[in-house]
Amino acid sequence: MTTVDPNFDADREARRERRFAAITKADTWFRVLGLAWITPLLRIGAGDNPRAHLGEIWRLLGVPVLAILAFLALWGTLAPQVQTSLGAIPGPAQVWEQAVGLNEDAVRTRERAADFYARQDERNAERIAAGDEPRYREFTGAPTFYSQIRTSIKTVFFGFLLATVVAVPLGIAAGLSQTANAALNPLIQVFKPVSPLAWLPIVSIVVSAVYVTDDGWFEKSFLVSAITVTLCSLWPTLINTALGVASIDKDLVNVSKVLKMGTWSKIRKLVLPSALPLIFTGLRLSLGVGWMVLIAAEMLAQNPGLGKFVWDEFQNGSSESLGRIMVAVFTIGIIGFLLDRLMYTIQSLFTFTNNR
Amino acid sequence: MAFLDLKNVSKSYGDTPVLQGIDLAVEEGEFLVLLGFSGTGKTTLVNLMAGLEMPTKGEVLFKGRPVTEPGPERGVIFQNYSLMPWLTVNGNVGLAVDTMFPELSRAERAAKVAHYVGMVGLSHAAGRRPAELSGGMRQRVNVARALAMDPEMLLLDEPLSALDALTRGNLAEEIEKIWEADKKTCVLITNDVDEAILLADRVVMMTNGPRATIGKITEVGLPRPRTRKALLEHPDYYAYRQEVLDFLEEYEHGNQSKHASGAAPKPKAVAAETPKAVAAE
Repeated sequence: MTTVDPNFDADREARRERRFAAITKADTWFRVLGLAWITPLLRIGAGDNPRAHLGEIWRLLGVPVLAILAFLALWGTLAPQVQTSLGAIPGPAQVWEQAVGLNEDAVRTRERAADFYARQDERNAERIAAGDEPRYREFTGAPTFYSQIRTSIKTVFFGFLLATVVAVPLGIAAGLSQTANAALNPLIQVFKPVSPLAWLPIVSIVVSAVYVTDDGWFEKSFLVSAITVTLCSLWPTLINTALGVASIDKDLVNVSKVLKMGTWSKIRKLVLPSALPLIFTGLRLSLGVGWMVLIAAEMLAQNPGLGKFVWDEFQNGSSESLGRIMVAVFTIGIIGFLLDRLMYTIQSLFTFTNNR
Repeated sequence: MAFLDLKNVSKSYGDTPVLQGIDLAVEEGEFLVLLGFSGTGKTTLVNLMAGLEMPTKGEVLFKGRPVTEPGPERGVIFQNYSLMPWLTVNGNVGLAVDTMFPELSRAERAAKVAHYVGMVGLSHAAGRRPAELSGGMRQRVNVARALAMDPEMLLLDEPLSALDALTRGNLAEEIEKIWEADKKTCVLITNDVDEAILLADRVVMMTNGPRATIGKITEVGLPRPRTRKALLEHPDYYAYRQEVLDFLEEYEHGNQSKHASGAAPKPKAVAAETPKAVAAE
């Protein structure tokens, strides 16, 4: 005998409610990650009326996808019509081939390195058996595309970190004190517009002169690129921090005065938290600037990284070069986009509502 | 010697005069209410008392000494809550506790914070941030923070003006109750006549700006503790109300007083020159 549970419908209804609540919550994250189009699809999947979401799906997913397809079609038709010294400009298909090729190269190099170390271990085992000292050497293949990417990302973050360490305290000082602001302002105005290409020679000469130890943690080329990034990406953080600190709510400043907060506790409990949204805006801009600057610096200084990869391919001048450079361009763009999203995510984690 | 003494205080911003020739003595333990239309420089007056601003002329004395800077001994309850949005209720009240009792252990500090949060009836919301609180609740936090400074006097700058009428009335009664408990000297700013009469020992009425000054001072002799209900039933209540309203009516629509022309009027003189108000008494 079966009994109908009167709570059955209520249960199902409650589960449904919970599912939709979870989707709404996840939506904030999708938005941050640039994946807003997932939400309406999930809602339909959870049993919502598909009609209600069609417009949204079209706007969030359909239009962007169509635009990308249109771009690829335009590229594919126009590119082959331009003849260069290296042959026709590659279309999307050829660029994709090059991307696959670069990946295969990287895989091959990794296998070769693994072979090299395996052979070295064998040899050393023999040497030890024969009573000799083992000898270790580094594998010296050409850097793969992936290792170039890694180098670039490491460099940009190191330079960006340096810039943050310098810019945030300076910005706080400039925001808190009119005097500090008056002192810093002319310097900021003059140095902000300087191109990375102008800094580079100075930085490389100074680094060669000052950083003379060979056993150091960093390679010289790494330092030169990173410091150039620092010098160029300092300014957005500095300016935005100063602005954020200077525009703290006057009422809150009055509160801190009545409470007689000390300078340090005022900075920690009032200044930093209320300037945080603008500081992060500055950091986000800085990282973007840093990434653009880094590629230029690597190209000009022949320092390892994506910029050098582009330059090498340009010098190489084979029929594959243009395609490979385009792979690098897309890689640079996508990594730049991801870095920006990363900062945006952190920023939205630290931003509070202005509701007091 | 009065607890807080304003002697011939004037304040102007650049060429714009705001307050002129204010003489006022706040006695220890009294609840003084400053009443006037908006834009009459009431907030400026409280800022002068708090030490957040300095008078252009004259001086402000607190227990006989000139006020040169703000401090926790004169706790301020700000008009627009002014809570740190990134701190919880406990965190905001904790700021004041840290200032006054920096040497407390963690447990003592927590107990102290809980005490003041409980005092304004927010124990259930102690972990929430200001954005998750209603206007009335935020103002309670503001009150709790000021009380946690354990000030010698409290300055309340239109603490209830941003709230809806119901919350306003309730919170006014609560402020009266809290004040009854330890009779701290209080100066409250308002533009609400009933609120003024409910809370005040003396109502100080401001003339309209620019060059606002004290127009009239009325002693409210109604018995305490007061509640809105008890007040409505008290025979003298309407007389006080009428007196205050008559004064305000005279200054309505931003008029300068018909009587107070020429030199800056002394408070007593103006009181004598307003026959209507005196008649109502």
